[in-house]
Formats: sequence, C-alpha cells, structure tokens
Amino acid sequence: MTVNEQVAIDHGLKKSEYTKICELLKRTPNITELGIFSAMWNEHCSYKSSRLHLKKLPTKGKQVIQGPGENAGVIDIGDDDAIVFKIESHNHPSFIEPYQGAATGVGGIMRDVFTMGARPIANLNSIHFGSPQHKKTKNLLRGVVHGIGGYGNCMGVPTIAGQTNFDSSYNGNILVNAMTLGLVKKDKIFYSKAAGLNKPVIYVGSKTGRDGIHGASMASASFDEKIEEKKPTVQVGDPFTEKLLLEACLELMAGDSIIAIQDMGAAGLTSSSIEMASKGNLGIEINLNKVPCREAKMTPYEIMLSESQERMLIVLESGKEEQAKKIFDKWNLDFAVIGKTTKSKKIELYFDNDQVADIPVNTLVENSPMYDRKWKKTKLPKKNKIKKEDLKNLKIIDVLKKILANPNVCSKEWIWQQYDHTVMGDTIQKPGGDSGVVRVHGTDKAVAASVDSSAVYCWAHPLTGGKQVVCESFRNLISVGAKPIAITNCLNFGSPENEENMGEFVECVQGIGEAAEYLKFPVVSGNVSFYNQTKDEGIKPTPSIGGVGLIKDYKKMITMDLKEVNNIVLVIGKTEGHVDQSLFARNILDEKNGPPPEINLFNEKNNGETLLKLINNDLVQSAHDISVGGIITAVSKMCIKGNKGINLKKPKYLINEIEYFFAEDQGRYIIEISKKDLKKVTDILNKNAVHFDELGTVNENELFINEKTKVTIDELKTSNTSWLTKYMSK
Amino acid sequence: MKSSVITFPGSNCDRDMDVALKKFGFKNKMVWHDDAELPKSDLVVLPGGFSYGDYLRCGSMASKSKIMKSVMNFANSGGMVMGICNGFQILVETGLVPGVLLRNKYLEFICKNVFVKIKNKKNTYFKNIDNDVLEFHIAHNEGNYFCTKDQLKEIEDNEQVAINYCDKDGKTEEQFNPNGSIKNIAGIFNKEKNVLGMMPHPERMIDPSLSGEDGSLFFNNLINNLK
Repeated sequence: MTVNEQVAIDHGLKKSEYTKICELLKRTPNITELGIFSAMWNEHCSYKSSRLHLKKLPTKGKQVIQGPGENAGVIDIGDDDAIVFKIESHNHPSFIEPYQGAATGVGGIMRDVFTMGARPIANLNSIHFGSPQHKKTKNLLRGVVHGIGGYGNCMGVPTIAGQTNFDSSYNGNILVNAMTLGLVKKDKIFYSKAAGLNKPVIYVGSKTGRDGIHGASMASASFDEKIEEKKPTVQVGDPFTEKLLLEACLELMAGDSIIAIQDMGAAGLTSSSIEMASKGNLGIEINLNKVPCREAKMTPYEIMLSESQERMLIVLESGKEEQAKKIFDKWNLDFAVIGKTTKSKKIELYFDNDQVADIPVNTLVENSPMYDRKWKKTKLPKKNKIKKEDLKNLKIIDVLKKILANPNVCSKEWIWQQYDHTVMGDTIQKPGGDSGVVRVHGTDKAVAASVDSSAVYCWAHPLTGGKQVVCESFRNLISVGAKPIAITNCLNFGSPENEENMGEFVECVQGIGEAAEYLKFPVVSGNVSFYNQTKDEGIKPTPSIGGVGLIKDYKKMITMDLKEVNNIVLVIGKTEGHVDQSLFARNILDEKNGPPPEINLFNEKNNGETLLKLINNDLVQSAHDISVGGIITAVSKMCIKGNKGINLKKPKYLINEIEYFFAEDQGRYIIEISKKDLKKVTDILNKNAVHFDELGTVNENELFINEKTKVTIDELKTSNTSWLTKYMSK
Repeated sequence: MKSSVITFPGSNCDRDMDVALKKFGFKNKMVWHDDAELPKSDLVVLPGGFSYGDYLRCGSMASKSKIMKSVMNFANSGGMVMGICNGFQILVETGLVPGVLLRNKYLEFICKNVFVKIKNKKNTYFKNIDNDVLEFHIAHNEGNYFCTKDQLKEIEDNEQVAINYCDKDGKTEEQFNPNGSIKNIAGIFNKEKNVLGMMPHPERMIDPSLSGEDGSLFFNNLINNLK
C-alpha cells in the first residue's frame, strides 16, 4: 500500500501531523511506519492535548518513590515495603463489547502493576452507565460486571472497592476505570528504562494475533453510528495466561537478570519497544519473524499494531537467556529473543530479511505533537433560592427512602458479590464501606484504597468539582482510619477539540492540583481518556480519583456500622445548608442549576487530621464521611450496616430541618463515640477548632427524628437494598 | 502432621491454604502439578482457583495432570484428600467423589458468607466439632452440585453428604441455597470418608479480622483428629 495524506487521515492523523512526519523522516513513511506513528501520536498514547496541563499537577512527596511516567506510581509505606498503583480507563472498548472491554481493562492495569515487580493485592473500579431507563444500560452493566469479575476472580486478586453511577450523559459512552494496587519490596522495583548495548530483547507471554489492531486509535476518537464495526478493535482477554505470566515474571524478577521490562498494552509491541528505547536513550532492532504469532501470514504492520493481551517485553542481561527461558517453559509461555538494543537511537524492524521500518526514536516521542487547545472557563453559577413552599409538603422519611433507593446511592451488593473480594486472605474491609482495606501480608500494616468521582459537581463548576473529588477520596481514607498518602487519577472527558469540554478538563485538573497540593496528597499515576462522546454529545466531566492510605496497626481500622446502643453520634464539620447540586435538589426538587458545594481546603485538612487523631487515640467506634444525600443518608447507612437505630435531633440552627439533613456541605463526617469519651472527644475537637454537632444517640432499631417521626431500620434497609437487584432481575 | 498443597497452573488459593495449614500446626509443602510423586503426607489439599483456566470444564484438565495419579493412589489407599472449591471440581472430575458441579443457578459468580450444617460427624474431618452449624465463605461460579437420582440415593445411603447450605439456625431450606445445589449439598465424601470435596473456603475464615473464625475451628479440629 502506498502511503499518502488520505491514508494518514484514515489512520486518525491530522493533515499537519502527516506533514510533520514526512519532515521528520525527510521522506514518505511506508505503511508500517505510518501505523507506528499513528499509534504513538494518537491522544491515548501521546497525551497531546493534556500534557501541557498535567505538568501542573503536584507529583512529589516524602513518600513518593515514583511519580507519573512509569507503568504505575510507587509510594513508600515503611519497612522497605512499597505500594505500586494506578488507575486506567477502558471506556471505548467496554461500550462496544462490555465483557471483553472490561475484562481486558482489569487485565491491563494488573499488568502495569506487576511489570514493576509488585504482586497485585487489590483491585478497584469506577464504572459509569447511562440512565437506568436507557435500553442499553442493563446489558452493559451486566457485561461489564461479568467482565471485571471474570478477569479479577481468575487472577486471584480481590476486588475490594468500587463505585457505580448512572447518568444519562453516559448513554452513548459508558466509563470503565480499573485500578490495581500491588506490593513490592523497595529494592525490587523494576522500571522500563533500557540500558546497555547489544542486550537481548525478549518477548514473553501470549502469541500475537490480529485482535485489538488500532485499539488505541479507536480510543482516541468519538463514536458515530458505525461503532458496531469497531468490534474487532476490542482486545480479547485470557486471565489464565495472565495468571501464568504474573507468576513467571515474579519468578524471573526474584533473580537479577532483568534490565528493563514493559508490558504490551495500548499500541502493543510498538509503544513498549519505543518507550524502553526512549527512556534508555538507545535504539532497538527487532526481527519480526521471531515474534510468536497466533495466526498465519501476519504482516509487520499487524504485528506491530496488535493489542493482543498478556504479553511483555524484557531487556535481559546478556547470557541469561537460557535461565530465563526455563522459567517461561515451566509456565508454558512463549519466550523468544526477538532483537537487541543498539546505539542507533532508532527503531529498526526487519521482516523476511528486509528492513521494514527505520525511525529515529525521538521523532516518535519527544517530537510528538503537543497542543495548547482552546478552552472556555466555566463561571460559577448563581445560587438558587429554595422556596419555602417547595419544602412544606415534603415528608423527611419519604424523601429519605427515595434517596436511599436512588440508583446512585443504593446498595451495590448485587455487583460486588460477583467479585471475589476475599481471596488472598487479607481483606479486612470489604466493598460497601468508605474504603476497601487489605492487610500487608504477614505484617500489622494495612492499605486502604477508594475510588471516587463527582461528575455532577464537576459539570456544574469544574474547578470546584476537581477539588471536591480529591477531598472526597481523602475523607474516604480517613473514615477507615488510614492516613492518606497519594492518588492516581483517571480523567474521563469529551472531545478536547471542543472548547467547553477542554475547559472542563483544564479546570478540573486545576482543581485536582490545588486540592492535592494543599492536602499533601500527590498524584503519582493516571491516565486521560478524551473523546468520550457520541457525535456531538459528550459525557459530564468525570475525573475518577483513586486514593491510597496506610493504617499502621490494622486492628485500629474503623468501619461505618453503628456499634452499640446509647453511644453518642456527632457530626464533624459545619453544615451551612448547601442544597444546590445535591441529590435532594436534583432528584426531589428537580432543580438542576446552581453551584456545587464550596470546598474549604483548610477545614478539609483540619477536620480530617483531627478525626485521625481521635481514631489513633481509640476514641472512635465508627465513622462515615458525609457525601451525596447529606447527613441523614449517611447516618441511615451506618444504621443499616450496624442493624442499629438512632434518635436524631437537629441542632438549633437557622437553617431548616430539610436543609440540615439533606445539604451536601463538604468536609464533614459522622462519628460514633462512647458516652464516657464525650469530653475527651469534644476537648480535642475544640482544641483543633473543629466545628461539631451532637446529632443523637444510638438505639435498637429505629430512626427517630426530633422525637416526632420514625421509621424502622428494616424499612430503610429494604429501600436501600432492593432497587439494583430488582432492576437486574427484570 | 505433614500436609501437601498441590499447585496447578491457575490455582490461586494455594498460598491462602498454605498460610492456614501452617497457622494450625501443619508442616506444609507446596507440590507442583507436574511432579510425579507426592511427598509423605497426612493430608493432601487441592486448592481453589481456576486450574488450567477451567477452560474445558472446571477441574477437568487438572484431573489428568501428572501429580493426580499419585494423589489418586494416595486416596485409594485411604489417604486424606481434601478439595476446596476448584479442588472439589477436580475431585469430581477424577471420580473420587460422585456427581458433577454445574454453573450456579442464577448464572453469576457468588462471593459471600454462608452457613453450612454438618451432616456427618463420623469421620476425621468433622469428628469432635461441637458446633452443628459453621459460618463459611464461598466464592465460585460453578458450585451447583448435581447427581442422578440413583447416585443421590447411594450417597445418602452411604452417609456421604458432608455439609449442607443452611441458615444460622441450621435450617436447610431451599431459600438458603446460594447456587441451586441438589439438596443444598455444599460438600460430600467418598464412600470411605477419607476424601472430602466442598465448595466453601475454610481457609478464608481463620482470623477475627477476616470474614469470621469458623475456619479456625475446622482446621484445629482436623489437626487434632489426625494426631
């Protein structure tokens, strides 16, 4: 095939980008080379629209061992232990083929983690679907959940937490973000930087097939009516092979023969070989006839662009090939020496004794396009005045039941029961809590992780929304007694070529950055997923934040279930009555305008750190952060989990009952304490200038409001747990 | 007491079982599926997981692997062999215990705590356990036990049912059956009661911080019975 401008455009490149390629090469590329450029220069691999803005994120900290730029981020958790973690999107493929799309998303992120030498110890996910009434939603949800479970369960890695949301803006573009945490010894972390000349380049894992060709390009474009035709670009997962690959790689990593290792993810052999060469400032020469292929007569173009799963590329110390091969033979995996490192600083490919590609590595990486896209600032919307008569006819209990049964609040047990969350024998907080928690095997330490997004807030005001998601992650970790350490972000947005979508991206990133900086909660890894749109309609801006924290003594972990009758329940943090953009305003009053709740970073940090102090002094029986649905929703969940009730009393504020109970002011928690500790607790709160309200006392089995209205916890439980099961069984 | 845990390609509860056995006093060895001989053992465990990806039928390929000849000889000469989850599926495929394990009734993977009632205590596994009901944990996609009417009669006549799914009070009604198993069967013995296959994972219930501690009861009792 001869290459010309039209062929380049069909590969998703812009006219100007094609001209730049010809200039850089000083000739017209051949088809294999064009394929390589298109794979490296698409949005998914090159971050061409986002790089400029991502640079502003805080990425350093005392406990950060490795920030963005490697396969995953790495943090220090003491005693020579480190946690490797990252979140990644697999949105486009999951919409086209939900089972395989979600499964390979989970497989891909686990590979990113064990590539660095870490054994995966926990999986999480954040999934967003269209309106429950939309005709595709149910099947997509079922397929995605089966896919996530199918892969993670087979790998034997527990899925410990997650988040599921529904909103009509995802009708044509669902989101599937998968996160993995791995455990490694600090001196056994592996990187992707090649080093040394004439070192053997090794291919291990599954054979290469024709699946997933152009996967990364597909993920860098909007959907139109022809998406069904894109099914062949979805990769097919084989978790069994990945389990073998994991064990084989860790066995090889126990020795000292690996110089560099990189998994073949998006853009397969192309990006893995180029990244290793680029980081090592070297060249790589590959004989494509040596690549193990699953299908006959694959062309160099297909071999380079295949996204077949469960493959790794390794630069080995010379002379260690036999020893390494033995390990992969034992695990029945392919092992092939396919090339070597060179000093040419070029990627040189051979096939049937002909040179089929000859590209300087820097043209693909450093010279890749970077755009300063136009973007539009979002003004802070004006506050709504809630009319007193709108509230007059509302009965708190009815509203509460509706909110507890709302698809975005209701229990997601139907989902997480399908994930093995107890394998590995260290899961001490299961899904359904504020964070999932796993012990660091054989120690007293535990690692907490949660994943959050707040698309509604981000949509109403991206800057505030961006800050809010980071704060929510911070709170979810604190609520289980963990000290927040670092985050990973998965930035899901519409088209960067649209000024409004780009503005949402820029301002969310700014918000994330400001909050992360202030809370000393740096971003150590992440990914960007643009073009989550069908034709002209984009999703609500949805940054997902995965937070990781440490509990030094796992016996001090906190759960949210109420523990004991007569204990006292406090609200930490001030309730101002911010109702705009709350679940209450949007779903009960049907009011979709107004600003999201304001973020006060000082209070956020101070409230959180003070609560940690209380927890470390053994003064807290249970805790839960207050998020969508406000105080009463949060406390109801604590009641449901603990099979206990509460006598609630609204403190004497100026705001009315409805505002007090359903407002979504930020930086708040609910805690349960023993009566005998009340003074100690309030002393510490006062000393640290933390506002608190006494909310009530724990009772046997009723939610009793202001000694007037009541409802049994069983009734609330039914509201909370039945929606999803009913919906999925219809 | 010496135990052996077999690791097949795709096993993923082998380490958890190793941790549990050692915690309760076994000297445990991990044995690779491609080995020919079992080390000297008082107990052999086939752990949970997805042996060979469970691609043909759950447990079917593992039942033909090299070490299984030795495991079968050991079982047939009276040796204690326990299969958990995928291990149970492997035992069924070898014919060491009767019946088959089908996909769960609602076609979904289930991971949760369940209660099981001990049906038969006249054997080395459950002898001397005070409790009649244990809280265990299941995590499987194919745990729906099935057998023919004739087989069922034989199993019941020989008292081969080990445990049934039930509620916390020991009621074994259909509503407490998580996966559609015939007669709520969660685990069965061979005729001689030296081979036990069960879907629940006692190794995940060995610590108050985990899902519960009834697994500790089970393992403590087991090692004492073996002594």
